[in-house]
Amino acid sequence: MTVEELIGKGIFQVVVEGDDLSREITGIFCCDLLSVAMGRAPSMSAWVTVMGNVNTIAVATLADVACVILAENAQPDDMCRARAQQQGVTLLATEEPVFEAALKVHQLIHG
Amino acid sequence: MADVIALTYEISPDDFTRAGEASSDVKSKLKQVGVSPAAIRKVAIAMYEGEINMVIHAKGGKITVEISPEEIRMILADRGPGIPNVEQAMQAGWSTAPDEVRSLGFGAGMGLPNMKKYTDNMSIETELGVGTTITMVVKL
Repeated sequence: MTVEELIGKGIFQVVVEGDDLSREITGIFCCDLLSVAMGRAPSMSAWVTVMGNVNTIAVATLADVACVILAENAQPDDMCRARAQQQGVTLLATEEPVFEAALKVHQLIHG
Repeated sequence: MADVIALTYEISPDDFTRAGEASSDVKSKLKQVGVSPAAIRKVAIAMYEGEINMVIHAKGGKITVEISPEEIRMILADRGPGIPNVEQAMQAGWSTAPDEVRSLGFGAGMGLPNMKKYTDNMSIETELGVGTTITMVVKL
């Protein structure tokens, strides 16, 4: 499933549309500790976190994830939003808890 | 590709909003010169961790990146305070980061272990009160 297809499902709010919506999402990664996410988030994964600060976008860019999903209604601060736009990172949001948000993406990928 | 491309970056202390800019720049330059995505990811992770360490623990410093056809060498030289016990600092989970840093999602004690894990060679030279220089190599 591509990022564009995930957005098309309408289950997540779109905070920022990234540069490459044709990126394939091949897995899901859940973690709020940025250093752990940095080392462990697989590239091309959907990263689910409640950490909505500017460093989240830096980690997303460097770990090369397909998109970031902010769970638990976590609000990205202005700098986070601006950096996502600047770096072309797709940033989505939901009121769902981390597990439920990740499960939805898992079900969409694996049927 | 030229024989060696050298890039240098000044890292500001205590500026979390800019942490990652140097790593992002290196990442895009490596892409331009055709380095493989796997090697780029290793360099990006290792360098970002180092950059964050320089912001959290040190008074900023300088990063030099040398790109050759054989390897990418990152030299991170900070302005102190030095690492009292390198062996302890290398243990996953060991952290001296303050609470405010933890609230930003850092301070899990994964910095140095990640840097070692994602590079082919890493050396640490440190002197208390003077600074730490970490050299990391990713082979191409």
